[in-house]
Amino acid sequence: MTKYLLKRAGQALLVLWAAFTAAYILLQAMPGDSILIKFQDPELGLSPEQIAKIREYYDAGGYLHTVLGFLHGDFGYSVDTGTPVVERLAEGLPETAKLATCAFVLAVLLAVLIAFGSAYSGRLRGLLLAVPSLFISVPAFWLGILLIQVFSFRLRLVPVIGGTELQQLVLPVLTLAVPISAPIAQVLARSIDQVLTQPFVPVVAAKGASRSWILWRHVARNALPPTLTVAGLVFGELIAGSVVTETVFGRTGVGRLTEQAVNAQDAPVLLAVVVLAATAFVLVNLLVDVLFPVLDPRLAT
Amino acid sequence: MRWLSWAVIALVVLWAAMPSLFTGYDPLAGVPAEKLQGPSAAHLFGTDAVGRDLFARVVHGSVHSLSGALVAVAVGLVFGTLLGLIAGSVRGVVDEIVMRVMDVLLSVPGLLLALTVIILLGPGTVHVALAVGVGSVASFARLARAEVVRVRRTDYVEAAFGSGGTFAGVLWRHVLPNSLGPVIALSALQFGVAILAISTLGFLGYGAEPPTPEWGLLIAEGRNYLATSWWLTTLPGAVVVAVVLAAGRISKEIR
Amino acid sequence: MSLLDVRDLTVAYGRQVAVKGVSFTVGQGEVVAVVGESGSGKTTTANAIIGLHPAASGEVLLNGVDIAGWSQRRLRSIRGHGIGLVPQDPSNSLNPVMRIGRQIGEILKIHNYGDRADIRRRVIELLTRVGLDDPERRAGQYPHELSGGMRQRVLIAIAIALRPGLIIADEPTSALDVTVQRRILDLIDDLRKEYGTAVLLVTHDLGVAAARADRLVVMKDGLIEESGGVREVLAAPASPYTRRLFQDAPALTARPYKPFDAAAEPAIVVRDLVKEFGPFRAVDGVSFEVRRGTTHALVGESGSGKTTTARVVTRFAEATSGEVVIGGDPAGPRAFRRRVQLVYQNPYGSLDPRQTVAAIVEEPLRNFRLGDRTARRARVRELLERVALPGTLLGRRPAELSGGQRQRVAIARALAVEPEVVVLDEAVSALDVTVQAQILTLLEELQRDLGLTYLFISHDLAVVRQISHTVSVMSKGRIVESGTTNQIFDSPREDYTRELLAAVAEPVR
Repeated sequence: MTKYLLKRAGQALLVLWAAFTAAYILLQAMPGDSILIKFQDPELGLSPEQIAKIREYYDAGGYLHTVLGFLHGDFGYSVDTGTPVVERLAEGLPETAKLATCAFVLAVLLAVLIAFGSAYSGRLRGLLLAVPSLFISVPAFWLGILLIQVFSFRLRLVPVIGGTELQQLVLPVLTLAVPISAPIAQVLARSIDQVLTQPFVPVVAAKGASRSWILWRHVARNALPPTLTVAGLVFGELIAGSVVTETVFGRTGVGRLTEQAVNAQDAPVLLAVVVLAATAFVLVNLLVDVLFPVLDPRLAT
Repeated sequence: MRWLSWAVIALVVLWAAMPSLFTGYDPLAGVPAEKLQGPSAAHLFGTDAVGRDLFARVVHGSVHSLSGALVAVAVGLVFGTLLGLIAGSVRGVVDEIVMRVMDVLLSVPGLLLALTVIILLGPGTVHVALAVGVGSVASFARLARAEVVRVRRTDYVEAAFGSGGTFAGVLWRHVLPNSLGPVIALSALQFGVAILAISTLGFLGYGAEPPTPEWGLLIAEGRNYLATSWWLTTLPGAVVVAVVLAAGRISKEIR
Repeated sequence: MSLLDVRDLTVAYGRQVAVKGVSFTVGQGEVVAVVGESGSGKTTTANAIIGLHPAASGEVLLNGVDIAGWSQRRLRSIRGHGIGLVPQDPSNSLNPVMRIGRQIGEILKIHNYGDRADIRRRVIELLTRVGLDDPERRAGQYPHELSGGMRQRVLIAIAIALRPGLIIADEPTSALDVTVQRRILDLIDDLRKEYGTAVLLVTHDLGVAAARADRLVVMKDGLIEESGGVREVLAAPASPYTRRLFQDAPALTARPYKPFDAAAEPAIVVRDLVKEFGPFRAVDGVSFEVRRGTTHALVGESGSGKTTTARVVTRFAEATSGEVVIGGDPAGPRAFRRRVQLVYQNPYGSLDPRQTVAAIVEEPLRNFRLGDRTARRARVRELLERVALPGTLLGRRPAELSGGQRQRVAIARALAVEPEVVVLDEAVSALDVTVQAQILTLLEELQRDLGLTYLFISHDLAVVRQISHTVSVMSKGRIVESGTTNQIFDSPREDYTRELLAAVAEPVR
């Protein structure tokens, strides 16, 4: 058990180290002098002291220096604005965290609704099970536009600009949640079906248990581990999805920052986002692995 | 219902191969007098801000999405499957190394990976296709490896060794054919995913240059007329949804 | 009035009718065995009685009340309360992530037995009653912490928790080792006597049915072939099918022992074989010899090390120490494969689903480059004929064959390279009795005609008695006792052998 966890933690560290190293190599692949030339562009309006600091950072260079910097949250300087990357990240992170958290919660709710709804069988089953395949086929940017069109322009329920914070959040959250809910719903529905075919289910039914009793007290817990795995895997999609969502809705955040970074060829910012996303992904999935033995006593031994 | 998904794909392939069969309008030259007209018998999908027929642009645009998606799937299928096969059949240190590299690739969301490739190579249709393909290598590698490992554990593979089969012979005659099914199904699924990703990158402006009628770009252009001309964004998007849905259904069927 | 009265019951899966107008009764405190081969509709019948599968037509009278048409909601009051269920496969019949105590307490909770303390008390009482040691601790454990036999006891505790008038036991012991099997059947018997509960015993095992039931219902293809008192039916089966079934069942018909010629030279010599998996010794110093042209059986319960021994003998696993000599002299890896062939238990898994029968049988010939294409094709036809399969099957794939046909194909593949030794790892265990009998006859013929030497791995003593010349009884990695089949069955020297034999049906002992 402890051996398993240590092994998983070791693997996670290895993946992170590899991601950091890859980011470093990519940064080196960028011609360094051209980055410095960009900083000296008077249009950025940097003071000589700032330029000196940036020069010092890039001159120091070296693998260890850069990777240790990453570990301290020092990702260098944005080519676009000349400010430290970490400052720009800090600006966007709270907004994106809020958006992503709400979207993740909504996605899970949608998935549970779809999967358990279909498990109660009946006429709705086919229809409900078709929903995730539709959700997964919808381009997020198009969905956002469609939502704006319907709710802001047609029904005038949500103002295009301004409005309360809730009003501002509703459509972006929906846009981000819908594509993410699909894989969770699919895996949950499939594992519910799979658990329902196991021999212990008729045994519970033979005790006189109702369908709801079977589903919620027996099937749900057994169907959870695979669902948790996929939920961990789609976690990365939240960050990717925020790029599109924040762009479509004109919100500030890490996603918007990413889009701006690519437009401005701002490699340090993009790499920082990539490393951040990879770190978050690896940590979340490590957490999932730690939770597994708690959910399934068979793995605890 | 089964034929419907095949029909959708067939139709779009025909659009890409012989666009002039489906529309007489020029996708690039507009008639300013007919700008921003809603869908009608003359203009099936309406017209855009410079009076170009939107249906013609969608039909002519299909070749960009389809060829891009094909390139992307080919990159993922060839490299991913090869890596997965090697990892799954050789096992040991090679397996560990390959799969940890795939873990790294998998830990970065597809879109961010694609954006990294684009920032390195620069924008453009081919680069976008490659970028999307790189993002799918890890999924193919994982699936191919898992399948190879599963099949290698079966009795019939052991029986094949038992009747005097060599390592390469058994791999070729039993392991490969029995592990490829799910990989092919994944290709169909990834085809749809690639179309989605390519249109997303096109929408963000990293793909084809205007006035190329790439699907994502069409929707981006239509954004400025949201309040007045719904069809400019809605209809091209609906086409994308139909194609991706069809690819997904076909993938399920193969599996 | 009977406790259970099934009248003209018909059950369908979609269009396929699985049970076609079945009628029988179960009286108070009586044991009725429904026997039949796979696909006979016996399990479907049992499920339809408690409404787990809806009946298409007919009546199910429980204490004179027809419950066949009841809604699921109404049936819930009967399930567990009026009828208890002991399922087939104890390893998967308990929720793996729920503690034992809760799974037993659940049935009490559903039927409003009492408050928490009442339920807790009754759970411990039940665990004690079904013979589990340290019930307090067991209640807090998860299913995977219990052995198969213990899990089946838990399932019995659930079935009897509310003292139902009828228990449906669906193959309650077929997944268990013989000695455990006997103890579980004894427990069911005791409880039946104590509570006066009737038992509907669904089984494919005629030995079990003959030993435990008052009356027999023989099913075939969804119809009842014959029914009546056990003694009467066994003594004079009326239907030809029942007669054949009884003849084919090794557990019911004792055949003369095979004569053993100790003069023949040894084809397999195993000396001090040890196989370790980490710190665990799966095979612990096993030695035996098999004479050319004879069958040596390795018998034992699960975990006895018999399959591991077979895998070492066939060189699919490497021995930690000890030696295996086949045919007197050591052979290189490829030459070895021509001398020794293995036939697997599961004919579904040992044939590549994508190959045709012709390709499967031809493969060893291709591997060893035996003959050109025409010669190989002729040889494949000959082999198929040898195992009594029609040539029309050549183009079929495994999915299109029956279980018996598949095992014949696997045997044909093994024979292709003309081996000296064939190792049969539970090769007939997954087959129905009648099919099993045919395959056993085929194996005997092949041995006689081709002079084959068999190493026969099995848990089934009745089959072993029929096919083997010599026997080694294995337990915990060691050979407990070995000798001719005659010696082992008629005058066992070891307690363990006696215990194993006590678990098999009367005629064979």
